[in-house]
Amino acid sequence: MATAAAQRTAPDTVDTAAYQHAFDAAVAADERIEPRDWMPDAYRATLVRQIAQHAHSEIIGMQPEANWITRAPSLRRKAILMAKVQDEAGHGLYLYSAAETLGTSRDDLLDKLHSGRQKYSSIFNYPTLTWADVGAIGWLVDGAAITNQVPLCRCSYGPYARAMVRVCKEESFHQRQGYELLLALSKGTPEQHAMAQDAVDRWWWPSLMMFGPPDDESQHSKQSMEWKIKRHSNDELRQRFVDICVPQAESLGLTLPDPELRWNEERGHYDFGPIDWTEFWEVLKGNGPCNEQRITQRRRAHEEGAWVREAAAAYAAKHAGDTGGTGATRA
Amino acid sequence: MTATGPEARTATGSAPVPVTAALALGDDALVLSHRLGEWAGHAPVLEEEVALANIALDLLGQARVLLSLAGDEDELAYLREERAFRNLQLVEQPNGDFAHTIARQLYFSTYQHLLFAELASGDGPFAPLAAKAVKEVAYHRDHAEQWTLRLGDGTETSHERMRRACDALWRFTGEMFQPVEGLDADWARLEQRWLESVTDVLGRAGLPLPEGPSTGAWSAGAGRQGLHTEPFGRMLAEMQHLHRSHPGASW
Repeated sequence: MATAAAQRTAPDTVDTAAYQHAFDAAVAADERIEPRDWMPDAYRATLVRQIAQHAHSEIIGMQPEANWITRAPSLRRKAILMAKVQDEAGHGLYLYSAAETLGTSRDDLLDKLHSGRQKYSSIFNYPTLTWADVGAIGWLVDGAAITNQVPLCRCSYGPYARAMVRVCKEESFHQRQGYELLLALSKGTPEQHAMAQDAVDRWWWPSLMMFGPPDDESQHSKQSMEWKIKRHSNDELRQRFVDICVPQAESLGLTLPDPELRWNEERGHYDFGPIDWTEFWEVLKGNGPCNEQRITQRRRAHEEGAWVREAAAAYAAKHAGDTGGTGATRA
Repeated sequence: MTATGPEARTATGSAPVPVTAALALGDDALVLSHRLGEWAGHAPVLEEEVALANIALDLLGQARVLLSLAGDEDELAYLREERAFRNLQLVEQPNGDFAHTIARQLYFSTYQHLLFAELASGDGPFAPLAAKAVKEVAYHRDHAEQWTLRLGDGTETSHERMRRACDALWRFTGEMFQPVEGLDADWARLEQRWLESVTDVLGRAGLPLPEGPSTGAWSAGAGRQGLHTEPFGRMLAEMQHLHRSHPGASW
């Protein structure tokens, strides 16, 4: 941490303007803002909102994939899927921890998730109807997530940026397993190929929506870019994702469900058809196929687990003075 | 079905592997892994999502090695009928609440730890696998023990739930000590040491040692002989459905 950062930890009595100046200088110099540094309230609130939403997405995102653990068609696939869902729980853990460095708590954030005051990625409000959906989620949904998240490794807030380095490494593995799963289906029996194509048909457009509304309608983007929480606009990232996916779909032998998809020599990018933003806003509002189901399962797991958490807390309190008593559960 | 004869050869072609024993140990791990996998997305706290999945993955890894000693792992897992599975009835019992899952883990991982430690110290065909697995299982046992202490000595509710769970699963514990053909173990000593260990943990958790028989009137050795409980058929139906719907397909 350089000098500008040291100044940011001065006592509260000094004029806020001086802190603001030091904060701005640190962001401009691409330094990391750390938990004990002074930061504008709005910056803190934006980060809490974004990191919480990200953490919630990880734990809600476990549901559509866990839906297939007990039906995975080979033991190898079962092991891979179980490891992937476990990774997502792990991502949730360190993202909640990153959020806690901003002065909030996991309990508080979970409460906001359960009461609908905080959101999770809308993509998880779509159902996983066949085994191929596990592959489509890996290839497209995790692929889109990586496109979004790689720039976050350089986010101005240190704990979030560092968490993202590890998350991105694991997501990249997830993306590859999804691609490989779809490839096996695409080259398999006609029924398996059809299953893969159907999954891609259903997941393609919702994946493009994961980058958020078009730049001119995105309410948080401008300020987040100035704070270097966000490095690229929604539309830029969406285009990058489309450009990556088109050749991959060709290698997979699968068709992306967009008749307007074609290479534009002049732009050096693929053009693609219009996104149905009505669907996006409707799912966001709660009218997606699984919004109710996802949050109900989450609440139920939390409520049904209350007695377990209470027991652990009571036990810890009783044995607070013990030496060598039961420690934290091994993760 | 690939597993035909009583013995198969290991990959290296050295020691013959008793198929019955490979299936017994492999099916235990496969079935318990499946049950633990059902917790994904339903665990009481995020740390337990990670921990239960971790244990499930360890067990699945063991199952894959063991079943591969007996034949093709996927044919064995997905194409056998219920009566051909050789797992203990204990591991197929539904998850119930978290206390039932922990009681099942305590009983089974204590058994598996003692058995694998014994197999690891010998020179039989399972020694290499057991030597690796015993380290994993030590963590499973520790995890179950820690939670038994927390639930037994936590709140009144958790104590009562844990007591009921230990009682309910007790009658499936006797089967663990029925000798398995091809496994060189001192079963009477194993049972004695298992009982000492479980008695110690339950005692420290303030829980009574369950009373009543440790085997049902009909159940002694039942799982090992392919006689299972009703919930197992449904578990297999779910597990095998997709694989069986696409005969001959690769995944």
